Amino acid sequence: MKIPILYNVRSVLQRPYSTALTALGVGLVVAVFIGMLALANGFRAALAHTGSPTNVLVLRRGADSELSSGLARDAASIIAASPHVATGADGRVLVSPEVYVLVPLRKVFDTTQVANVVVRGVSDQAWTVRSNLKVDVGQRPASGRAEICVGRRLALRFPHTGVGETLRFAGRDWTVVCHFSAGGSAFESEIWGENEQFMPVFRGEVFQSVTFRLKDAAAFEEARRALQDDKRITVDAHRESEFYTQQSQLLGLILGYLAWGITSIMAVGAVFGAVNTMYAAIAARAPEIAVLLTLGFKPLSVLASFLVESAIIAAVGGVIGCLLALPINGIVTSTTNWASFSEIAFSFRVTPLLLANGLVFAVVMGLIGGFFPAWRASRLQVVQALR
Amino acid sequence: MKFLPLVLANLGRHKRRTLLTIASVALALFLFASLRTVVTTLAATAQFGGARRLVATNATGIVFPLPLAYANRIKAVPGVEAVSWANWFGGRYGDGKRFFANFAVDAESYLAMYPEIVMPADQREAFLKDKSSALIGNRLLTQFGWRLGQNVTLQGTIFPGDWTFTVRAVYTPTDPVIGDDVLIFHHALFDERIGRAGIAGWYIVQIDHPDHAAGIAKAIDDMFRNSSAPTKTGTEREFQASFATMWGNVSLLMGTIGLAVVFAILLVTANAMMMSARERTGEVAVLKTIGFSDRTLFTLVMIEAGVVALTGAAIGLGGAKLLYRATNFNGLGFLPGFDVSTATLLLGAGVALGLMLASGIVPAVRAARLPVVQALRHVE
Repeated sequence: MKIPILYNVRSVLQRPYSTALTALGVGLVVAVFIGMLALANGFRAALAHTGSPTNVLVLRRGADSELSSGLARDAASIIAASPHVATGADGRVLVSPEVYVLVPLRKVFDTTQVANVVVRGVSDQAWTVRSNLKVDVGQRPASGRAEICVGRRLALRFPHTGVGETLRFAGRDWTVVCHFSAGGSAFESEIWGENEQFMPVFRGEVFQSVTFRLKDAAAFEEARRALQDDKRITVDAHRESEFYTQQSQLLGLILGYLAWGITSIMAVGAVFGAVNTMYAAIAARAPEIAVLLTLGFKPLSVLASFLVESAIIAAVGGVIGCLLALPINGIVTSTTNWASFSEIAFSFRVTPLLLANGLVFAVVMGLIGGFFPAWRASRLQVVQALR
Repeated sequence: MKFLPLVLANLGRHKRRTLLTIASVALALFLFASLRTVVTTLAATAQFGGARRLVATNATGIVFPLPLAYANRIKAVPGVEAVSWANWFGGRYGDGKRFFANFAVDAESYLAMYPEIVMPADQREAFLKDKSSALIGNRLLTQFGWRLGQNVTLQGTIFPGDWTFTVRAVYTPTDPVIGDDVLIFHHALFDERIGRAGIAGWYIVQIDHPDHAAGIAKAIDDMFRNSSAPTKTGTEREFQASFATMWGNVSLLMGTIGLAVVFAILLVTANAMMMSARERTGEVAVLKTIGFSDRTLFTLVMIEAGVVALTGAAIGLGGAKLLYRATNFNGLGFLPGFDVSTATLLLGAGVALGLMLASGIVPAVRAARLPVVQALRHVE
């Protein structure tokens, strides 16, 4: 027969301080756990949403980032002429040969801090090739003018990035004519302008990458083989989505390891706390337990009952942890993605799944912490305890 | 001191609880020390820089090169004693899973300017003589099992192709911030292989006196202001700091987590102390009856909390110091010179003292104030 859970709930309420301290300890661990994974999540999500699976990104062979790549004009034309490139509604091919550079910009809140911001020179079609792109404020840069469009995330954090203002880099003044959003992706941390405008002021007659929309989304492998086998050019073709996901791997991995490392050490500490609490609870209630056993409750029921009690305390802690962690959702932070050397702004992402994981994590801590004390309770010598 | 056996006996009564609490404190302070060392290591990286060394980069951004021809013009600026230059190479070794920095330098002038890079004289000579050789940090030697005289091939990511170097010298940095996992090779070879493009990623400028830094930096920048590649010159420290700031809010993040860790463990410790105290209400009453003063009882509880907190702290902090030293940890190369500093150890000890006060104060006051008659009523 099972011991009613009400018994455990009431017992827990009998020791409010001890329960609260233990639960709060578990809660802090869960909060850190959720917080750190939310950071890793947000970073991965920003880069995962950057690429589209129907786009192909072409780089010079061997280049592991857009920054280290270089493609001459003729190579770009050869790629643009590939039969795998889709055609837009206006009859032009959906291809964007791009200039990709980093420029140092000072931050709003602390002008001694400089961040390397991506400046991307694109073709007119780029705005269609990247389907998640949307101009929020203003008009797209006109061809032939020194105009730029600033990503939504940059606009808040760097001076002179408001629409109508003038931003200076590469020794020239650029008029900000619009702000764009891109579904929370890393593009939102970039400055876009026309490739022909950027080419002469940066690295001269060379593009860094060519991105095009696939005519047939399923034909990526064929397109890749055709480009890589082309004797006239030495390039690697990547599926855009995979490329950006890969760019997030190094830092995503570090953040993930850090999250697990720190929280598992903290968790051990919290489990020790739960062990202490449960042993003390059981020692104080030895006569009670003896009565339960005398009444005919099976030792297994007693074991289960105390495990439940420990799990309840931990679950309360889990809920506290979730509540503590919730406010960080959406907070924007930034870091350098060392794979591309550029600064990326992204928000903490607390997902329902993450909260659920946090709760499960808490309950697991409770069960582990409660097991040995519960075991001891179930093995209690009735006669001795009743004395 | 004569009460020490009593304190120890009290601690020994619930051996398991005492050990678990000490272990929690140890884990917490281990984490605390680790997180803080990340912060101090990053700060040390940002602080690095010879007082007499300036760095000039392309004003448009660090990814843009400068003409090699600038070397002689910079050398002619009054106050400049020597000029060296380097170029980031960014080569990949093997599957590229283990990243390490590699760049091309003008070897002779570079080594002269960096006395922090130490190697045996014969190796230095061998490296300088052989233009296709490489100088590597001692960590790379152990990490990849390389030997002196061995050929090492990197795949260029920025500069395509396979680049093979002969390892001629192994250095040990005297300043850990320099990093012991760098591969350095000859700029002359680099320039030759990329078709004599005549580029340098950055210039290092040695000046006559640290006080002249600002003036000389301005003179250099003014000289190239209207050229196609204007420069941005600053002290080496500023150059390093610009990399450190790229980590963004890492320090804040580490600090916040550290605080959460300490607080979580405070709860565990305080809970354990209160449980012990509650169980001993009767005993405290007996002690009072036989003449123990309130103050003595207060002290006894505090000492008990102190023994737990300080033992845990000693294990946790000592463990962190020894572990990172023994494993020669450097955070995948991102945190060169990762070492738990004395300041961190002292701060950790301070945290332990705070832990003792915070966890011991409530039970100690309660013990001191306990009304004897009432407490004895509960004693069977």
